[in-house]
Amino acid sequence: MVAEAATAASGIITSSWIVVLLPVISALLTLFFGKRTPGKGAVYGIVALGAAFVMSLLILWHFVQGGGTYTSGVDWFTIGPFRVEVGQYIDGLAAVMLVVVTTVSLCVHVYSLGYMDGDVRFTWFYVVLSLFTAAMLNVVIAPNLIQLLIGWEVMGVCSYLLIGHWYEEKQNSDAAIKAFITTRIGDVPFMFGIFALIFATGFTTSNISAIGELVKSHELSSALVAGAAILLFGGTIGKSAQFPLHVWLPDAMAGPTPVSALIHAATMVAAGVYLVGRMYEVFINAEPWVLQVLGIIGAITMLGSAFMALIQDDIKRVLAYSTLSQLAYMVASMSLGPAGRNAAFFHLFTHAFFKALLFLGAGSVIHAVHSNNMSDMGGLRKPMPVTFWTFLVGSAALAGIAPLAGFWSKDEMLVSASEGHELLFAIMLFTAVLTAFYTTRMVVQTFFGTYEGHGHPHESPPSMAGPLVVLAIGTVIVGFLGAPQLHAPFFKWVFFDEPEALHFEAWIALVGTAAALLGIITAWKLYSPKRETDPLRRFGGAWNLLEHRYYIDAFYMKGIVYPVRDRASAAVYWFNQHVLDGIVNGAGAAARGLAQVVNLFDRGVIDRAVNGVAGTAGATGGLLKYIQSGNVQRYMAFLFVGVLVLAIVFAKLV
Amino acid sequence: MIRLPFVLFFAALLFSAGVYGVLARRNAVMVLMAIELMLNAVNVNLVAFGSQLQDVTGQIFALFVIAVAAAEVGIGLAIVILLYRNRESINVDEVNLLKW
Repeated sequence: MVAEAATAASGIITSSWIVVLLPVISALLTLFFGKRTPGKGAVYGIVALGAAFVMSLLILWHFVQGGGTYTSGVDWFTIGPFRVEVGQYIDGLAAVMLVVVTTVSLCVHVYSLGYMDGDVRFTWFYVVLSLFTAAMLNVVIAPNLIQLLIGWEVMGVCSYLLIGHWYEEKQNSDAAIKAFITTRIGDVPFMFGIFALIFATGFTTSNISAIGELVKSHELSSALVAGAAILLFGGTIGKSAQFPLHVWLPDAMAGPTPVSALIHAATMVAAGVYLVGRMYEVFINAEPWVLQVLGIIGAITMLGSAFMALIQDDIKRVLAYSTLSQLAYMVASMSLGPAGRNAAFFHLFTHAFFKALLFLGAGSVIHAVHSNNMSDMGGLRKPMPVTFWTFLVGSAALAGIAPLAGFWSKDEMLVSASEGHELLFAIMLFTAVLTAFYTTRMVVQTFFGTYEGHGHPHESPPSMAGPLVVLAIGTVIVGFLGAPQLHAPFFKWVFFDEPEALHFEAWIALVGTAAALLGIITAWKLYSPKRETDPLRRFGGAWNLLEHRYYIDAFYMKGIVYPVRDRASAAVYWFNQHVLDGIVNGAGAAARGLAQVVNLFDRGVIDRAVNGVAGTAGATGGLLKYIQSGNVQRYMAFLFVGVLVLAIVFAKLV
Repeated sequence: MIRLPFVLFFAALLFSAGVYGVLARRNAVMVLMAIELMLNAVNVNLVAFGSQLQDVTGQIFALFVIAVAAAEVGIGLAIVILLYRNRESINVDEVNLLKW
């Protein structure tokens, strides 16, 4: 039985690309036939994602069995020596990501049945959801940077479409535009990074593993590699919403909650971190300051956004800032070398489960009380037991309570940081306290106390509760995959070359748990008694600073957006008035002048020629008619003269 | 035997007189007679050349021309009679309906 499954798994790995193709097909089917299908086309996405999920599990099984990396591809295009393939590169990391993406996507597809029920653009929502999943899977299996870039950009478009799903409200479409443009600002350096790497290889390859080998053997100019690494990291800053391009993610919560769970928590934002891990050879073999930049950016983002999460009233924004903070954890951990990279990936893996769970749980609550604000919630523990318990599991995992998923991965990252990076270790530990604090605050305000909103909230339908339970079970068990006491199977599958980089330090686990407990107890003390105002308002100046998002958004608007927009609009206005209008008016005047010339020509030359021909014929006829006198003798005389002339001519008498 | 050039000269005179008659006479009967003159000038030529070349073809052709001329005068006179009946005149200058 096991042997059979093993062969099936190794067989299936050669066709991993089908996992990507399935959601593409479902997106097309939903697009063209969705509205005519019973259930408005959700079935295509769910079936396709179900199949993709099963395939991903089989592919992962191949690596669990100790199978090796597989890569294949077909030629796409060739420019001189530069050959680009489209294909698949499946290693343990890709297999794990396939499972994560398909799991979360499947859960979100099912969950949206309930959450989006009755939405005006229900079918379109499923189209974009499937397309997004395909793009993300494409990023995961992409063997080269060009193919990766395509998936990367399609994700950006889908993110834009889904954030602006309810575009009737200006706030939502503004958020969509903000998200798209901000990530795009990161994508520009990302593209330049890709070009720089391809340039560094002498325009021979864009293959990720080939570039990795070249960088490893120090065959490429180190300055160029360092520059390329920083440029690539620009893409990560944009997509994973790191400081200073973090501003879009909180606003992206304007999208439907399932979208926030799938794109803005579990998958797309994680793609930035995944990219750093994929290109890790480039980062780690570049000059050391590159990793230091990663660490600094990660530290700033993790601390800054954890503080932001403290004061939010919108439950989704708490989760959004929490996502920023956790992603920054991963980025910072990436800067710690291979062990940190492994830990970061493990956190990426576990975070996808519990953050998707939290978002879907928040969606369930929002669905019940018709408000995003925690001040309208409270006491939901009783009417929504499934949501409460699953949300509690997710929150505990986020706070880092043993033995849930978040504990193990956070512990690994702390262990990596403890070895010679004391400052980063301290920041991570402090962030852990804050994380536990805002998580508890969120849970207490939502589920404990008394209900503050309107109506009678009730438990969500099974299509929404089911995915919550599935993800909660995942959150409980996936942590053990990385537990050192169980020989950390996760790390064996994913990084078969260096599983020994992992170890367990009892004191760090204790300190980490203590940090989490500190945060939880403080928050419980502060928030469980009923209060009119938030206790944190006591810190007036700090609260003010946080409420204005450190004035970063305002600075971007006043310092960059308005000047650019105003000057650009003035310039465009001038251009429009003087150049475009000039061209248009000139073209009009020229056409008019030409038409007049043509008119004159038409009347003066062509008409006159035609009339002249007719007039000449008429006049000539008028003259010649007198010859036809009716007098036969005169005709005869003409005839005679004619004959004489002919006779003279032919007889050559003259 | 009369020499050929004299005969040809005589025929040419006869023909010219016929042409003059056709072009200049007002009386339709006179025009018909002038046509006879032209035909007979041709006959003279035919006979003269037949005699000169010792070939009887010319004389036979002349006989045909006489026959055709008789038929032609028959039709011509019939037209003149109809003309007179309709218009009380046989002046060809007045017969000019066939015009613009």
